[in-house]
Amino acid sequence: MRKKSDIAQNSFGGRGDRIASYLIFAFSVAGVLLMAFILLFLAGNGLPVLKEVSIKDILFAFDWYPVEDPPALGMLPLIAGTVSATLLSSVMALPVAFLLAVFTAEIAPRRMRSGIKVLLELLGFIPSIVIGFLGMMVLAPWMQGALNIATGLNLLTTSILLGFLIIPLVASLSEEALSSVPYELRDASYALGATRWETIFKVVVPYALPGISSAALLGIMRALGETMIVLMVAGGAAIVPRSFFDPVRPLTSTIAAEMGETPVGSTHYHALFFAGLILLLITIAINLASYAIEKRGVRQ
Amino acid sequence: MDSDKVQIRTLGLDLYYGYAHVLKKIELDIGRRAVTAFIGPSGCGKSSYLRCLNRMNDFIPSARITGRIELEGMDILSAETDVIALRRRVGMVFQRPNPFPMSIYDNVAYGPRLNGIKDKERLDEIVKRSLNAAALWDEVKIKLNQPGTGLSGGQQQRLCIARAIATEPDVLLMDEPTSALDPMATARIEELVRELKEHYTVVIVTHNMQQAARISDMTAFFLLGELIEYDRTARIFTSPSDKRTEDYISGRFG
Repeated sequence: MRKKSDIAQNSFGGRGDRIASYLIFAFSVAGVLLMAFILLFLAGNGLPVLKEVSIKDILFAFDWYPVEDPPALGMLPLIAGTVSATLLSSVMALPVAFLLAVFTAEIAPRRMRSGIKVLLELLGFIPSIVIGFLGMMVLAPWMQGALNIATGLNLLTTSILLGFLIIPLVASLSEEALSSVPYELRDASYALGATRWETIFKVVVPYALPGISSAALLGIMRALGETMIVLMVAGGAAIVPRSFFDPVRPLTSTIAAEMGETPVGSTHYHALFFAGLILLLITIAINLASYAIEKRGVRQ
Repeated sequence: MDSDKVQIRTLGLDLYYGYAHVLKKIELDIGRRAVTAFIGPSGCGKSSYLRCLNRMNDFIPSARITGRIELEGMDILSAETDVIALRRRVGMVFQRPNPFPMSIYDNVAYGPRLNGIKDKERLDEIVKRSLNAAALWDEVKIKLNQPGTGLSGGQQQRLCIARAIATEPDVLLMDEPTSALDPMATARIEELVRELKEHYTVVIVTHNMQQAARISDMTAFFLLGELIEYDRTARIFTSPSDKRTEDYISGRFG
């Protein structure tokens, strides 16, 4: 016979609850395994390149001539391309997205607010190839003519377009974070004689900051991982950029452009997987950094 | 009430939210350095009236107010009134404790800093005095840099009181300040309210009639947007002159 306490424990929520919890467990395990599989797959196909070339020559060498004989597999220009395009687009787009979110959530009249929100969501739906296409056909030629530079397909064009890609995403997520700040807090601030601006920047934004930072982070990762736009407008030259108007060749577009052309199992093939591994590691590093920052923020 | 004891005088106040007539021809004098309680069933307009006193209804786009409220001769409802300055004279404590997501110290220093006080020593002194007045200093003096949201509900509410009195208001509005608290925490707040009236005019909205009876000097009974009866608390609870007041306080409805 079961003890009374056992019954109480086991019958809590009944069988339906138990099945639901097994299901949730199974799905989470599946998710984690899938992530682990991706990592293992990339590592398994990417790491063999180290048998042919040293890690130092991959990460710090300037020459990317993968189809020469012997191939030169220096990824520094590719990494520089990824980092510079991500940084520049973030620096340009994140402040805009933040101000747009503050305006939408806190300042715009109600009707305008819902209009902006719909607009942001629609902009967020634009396929990146369309943005890339517009960049290629409109922005790049215009910039080339207006600034009288060698090519409109360059770092700045890419970053502007990546900015367009992430602004709707970051702005609408930040707007949600701001809108979810409890009204009690705004009331308390106003009741102490604060103006609207004081309330926004001393109470509302600090409260929403975790949500805003994760929105910004998502935006940065989106820019980092974007392939189609950079493939179309970055110019594709594997050089470390020295100015905003230099063409670049980020890791993503390199993989996309070269993967179909390379024999399976060749050094070049493994090098491209290694490039994917670097991208993944950069993403994980950003995530860990933000996790650490958030934890420090909570402790304060 | 003698006119020199009156802090806030309300004359013919009507409040509408859209088409809803929320307050009807309210006439009421609130005494200086006394506790005035507003009682009445939900939706009777008592909180809405409280929010007229520091113009918090300004944030409700459909709100329309007619009539006059004077704070020592100043016309509160006038378009020319500096709302920011008004709210610094008329502090407010809300139904649910709502400390800002910042340290205990910064919570209390928020108002004074808005007023432009930057001097560290002066802020320290204001924070200490306000927390003392809110009967919270002894419990938090060793953790002023910790977040205010980490305190218990009752402590949070006392923190909110400290925050409200840090700007040295004349009037303290309290909108059901104990409705989210347990009986012990409620008792502490009630004790505090009795102390606060030494220095402040306290106006408190409460659902709890015993609370009104325990802590207030004057009690106003609201019903469906009307002020039914306003008198000394002892009189309201022993021999109300209106039948509806009697029915309400004896628990026949509400």
